[in-house]
Amino acid sequence: MSKYDIFFHKISLIISLAVLWVMLSGHYTSLQLFLGFLSVLIVAIISSRMNLIIFDQPILQLYFIKFIPYWFWLVVQVLKSNIDVCKRILNPKLPINPQLIMVKASQVSNLAKVIYANSITLTPGTISIDLDGSNIEVHSLSNKGANGLKAGDMDRKITSAEANPYV
Amino acid sequence: MFEIPTFIILFAMFLALVSAIIGSTIYDKILAVNIFGTITVLFIALFGFLNKRPDFLDIALVYALINFISTIAILKFFEYGDISKGSTKKEEADI
Amino acid sequence: MDILTLISSAFIMIGSLSIIVGLIGVYRMPDFYTRLHAASIIDTLGTILILFGLIIYHGLTLISLKLLLILIFILITTPTAAHALAKSALHGNLKPTIGDDRS
Repeated sequence: MSKYDIFFHKISLIISLAVLWVMLSGHYTSLQLFLGFLSVLIVAIISSRMNLIIFDQPILQLYFIKFIPYWFWLVVQVLKSNIDVCKRILNPKLPINPQLIMVKASQVSNLAKVIYANSITLTPGTISIDLDGSNIEVHSLSNKGANGLKAGDMDRKITSAEANPYV
Repeated sequence: MFEIPTFIILFAMFLALVSAIIGSTIYDKILAVNIFGTITVLFIALFGFLNKRPDFLDIALVYALINFISTIAILKFFEYGDISKGSTKKEEADI
Repeated sequence: MDILTLISSAFIMIGSLSIIVGLIGVYRMPDFYTRLHAASIIDTLGTILILFGLIIYHGLTLISLKLLLILIFILITTPTAAHALAKSALHGNLKPTIGDDRS
């Protein structure tokens, strides 16, 4: 890892903290801008002293852009499975079939695996319990959710988004 | 237009508290408190708009932060018996 | 009443009703792991609908950016908390009931 890489990580942290400050503040006199910049610098120095910046990972703020088409697809999936689980809850017979299944994660980096596991948990009806190597243990509420995961649609989407060479 | 949803959410907060009291295991209680926190964030946001003071959103944001951190801290306390103790390297890797 | 206000109040109404549905699920489900599924309805459908309705109501200002920030933050942290809960329950020897097929 080069020296340039560390510099780039720190700059991106400072820029994203400054954008966050501007978004949350809403007051733009020169004194307040100065104080805000000072607090951004202090937070950046403290978090680099606490080793909170993980240098061997790609920069998170840029990594996020790769997945933008995937986020929109994920929101649609979440709404669909929400309707399914709501129907099951309001059904007087409570038609559930809880089961534990193993799902294979074909992503390369740890960050993409975490995104996959969190997407599984975010979708109602499936919860990732354990992540071990490239196997995810999933608790599923019904056969429908388990079969949807075994079909591997979400896994393929994340792998192709991760391999996107343009961003 | 915000009055009816605000009252529904207040009722939901009451239901979440009752399920925290009658929960059988410790995990049920933590889950109910977590749900209560999420609903409270939504309640604060709606209440700010009801009073025409959207500044309440800052409080909602901070409440969301505190809710997440308190859930993780309580879970860590029940798993390791100590909040200040650092976890081992292997445990860190799979959280 | 103009059309945007109507749409946003419909969103907020459906969102608050979905929170009640999720809580009914929490009361009806038989064990802890299935209760987690019901809780994730509140965390996704309720928050998305209510905060999106507020964004539509208020229009595009700094306030709605703040609402979007709260929405993204909740959508990132709640699955993490649910995963931590499920994992520590599994480590605490709370066995899930498997194959209780009532469909």
